[in-house]
Amino acid sequence: MAEVILKNVNKIYDKNVHAIKDANLEIKDREFLVLVGPSGCGKSTLLRMIAGLEEITSGEIIIDGKVVNDLSPKDRDISMVFQNYALYPHMSVYENMAFGLRIRKFPKDEIDRRVKDAAEILGITQLLDRKPRALSGGQRQRVALGRAIVRKPKVFLFDEPLSNLDAKLRVHMRTEISKLHHRLQTTMIYVTHDQVEAMTMGDRIAVLKDGVIQQHDTPMNLYNDPKNIFVAGFIGSPAMNFLEAKCEISKLKFADITLELSGRVNREEVVVGIRPEHFIIDGEMPHFRAKIDVVEPMGNEIFLYFTIADKTMVARVPSQSDFKVGDIAPFRIDVGNIKLFDRETGERISL
Amino acid sequence: MKKTKGKIQLIVIYFFLIIFTLATLYPVMRVISISLRPGDRLLSTSLALIPEGATLDAYKKLFSDDRFLRWMLNSILVSTAVTLIGVILASMSGFIFSKYDFIGKKAGMTALLTTQMFPATMLLLPMYIMISKLGLINSFVGLIVIYSATALPFCIWQMKGYYDTIPNALYEAAVIDGCSNFQAFIKVILPLAAPALVITALFSFMASWSEYIVAAQVLQSQDMFTLPLGLKQFQSNMTTEWGLYAAGSVIVSIPVVVLFIILSRWLVSGLTLGSVKE
Repeated sequence: MAEVILKNVNKIYDKNVHAIKDANLEIKDREFLVLVGPSGCGKSTLLRMIAGLEEITSGEIIIDGKVVNDLSPKDRDISMVFQNYALYPHMSVYENMAFGLRIRKFPKDEIDRRVKDAAEILGITQLLDRKPRALSGGQRQRVALGRAIVRKPKVFLFDEPLSNLDAKLRVHMRTEISKLHHRLQTTMIYVTHDQVEAMTMGDRIAVLKDGVIQQHDTPMNLYNDPKNIFVAGFIGSPAMNFLEAKCEISKLKFADITLELSGRVNREEVVVGIRPEHFIIDGEMPHFRAKIDVVEPMGNEIFLYFTIADKTMVARVPSQSDFKVGDIAPFRIDVGNIKLFDRETGERISL
Repeated sequence: MKKTKGKIQLIVIYFFLIIFTLATLYPVMRVISISLRPGDRLLSTSLALIPEGATLDAYKKLFSDDRFLRWMLNSILVSTAVTLIGVILASMSGFIFSKYDFIGKKAGMTALLTTQMFPATMLLLPMYIMISKLGLINSFVGLIVIYSATALPFCIWQMKGYYDTIPNALYEAAVIDGCSNFQAFIKVILPLAAPALVITALFSFMASWSEYIVAAQVLQSQDMFTLPLGLKQFQSNMTTEWGLYAAGSVIVSIPVVVLFIILSRWLVSGLTLGSVKE
């Protein structure tokens, strides 16, 4: 049970690679925070800095009210689940889970009780005598989770724990970890590059790019109220559609479409962002008509791909709509929900 | 067509394999054969492995010879010390070279490699001077120092190479689990490096067990001799006791062969299989 606070945390590798720039983040007690971003954005580095596996160049990391900058990983009372599981190959599953407790000199019966409890929770009781090499990917992942939870640490750290699993298992383990969080009620910090994982698991999400935390908020707030073009494009699947547009007071023009905005915009060159679900099929009052290039039926909905001003757009429409490739479809844009961004800085322009 | 080609290939491969095997085995067989001959037949040209009138006289004589037993003890002492030093130092320095970054890491590795480029005989003189100035001539310590120094660079490279294949995450997991750096090394990394440790041990042992040239310089009194030096004593200007010489050679090679057989099951790697997913 602990709060984790990052204050102006920087990481500069020699040769002046600035991996983390001025990270400020407060992770509340019992919160499930997801660090998400494209590969190389520094999310794993940040997690490893919290774990104590990487030194921080400047700033402060505070766990449960204590500055841990100079504490070694073993003294930070954290546990970590690695992308490649990192199970000890020469130990049985039981030994793997008991190892951390043995090192910390827990009494034998306490170790036994905790390992068996954790194995029960994770459904791996029948595997306790096996060696890691005799386990499937999903089972290894459970053992890695088990090793993390037996210690009952203040904070759990996850470094892309699901990215080595196949798609189906990944979805399953995703819910398992969420359930585990509810059950254990412990602070968890979870790194992933998968925005779906971030959206579905996180109480809050911090989006990173090039070592900078772009925005941190609840999943829905990130989705509905992105601070800049990067967050808007990264969160949501299929991704938000972007088009360059011109503004004249409260009129927005792009391609040969003109939209009436609810407020004034005192900038001429903007980028307009439209979520796929905000292209609505409307035969009566369409803003434009477009030829369908690709149809992707998902079952519960259909993705329609079409082109505006040489850019591919995607619309999310109900599964009842019956369009084929080559059809001309009438679209209305849900003007109330479009987002405008500064063309230079990428910052969101509020209406 | 393809099949006959494969067959011919196989025949050629086996032909060469058999030739080389025979070339390797012949001298060994010959030595064994000589060691079993009765004293009056040493110069016989017979190729029989078990000679006519085979006898273990030479072996009996050796083991009742105090000098020989003394040399054997000396050899065991020196080789064990070199093996222990080799394993302990190489396992630790190899680990540091593999998993830590520090100034001079590359230079250190290169320096170690460079020492391997000089033939041992070339280093003999400087080593001799060094050892004599340290007052270590005719002492086991002097010999052990030289043997360890010559075996260590290879062992360190060898260990480092193996540690490189052990994922960092295992070490990090151990540290997060509560290990100190040393505990993580001893409890997690070292057990996984067992195959490399075995090779290091074997190499250090062999480098000292059957070494002659350096020992001949450092050791001067007969009762300090190691086995290879002692064997030479059977050769003299007037008569060479070929039977004893051969029997001694067989005895010298037995420990190495036995070690190889015992440790061979450790020489398979793949111990890290299943720990991480690549």
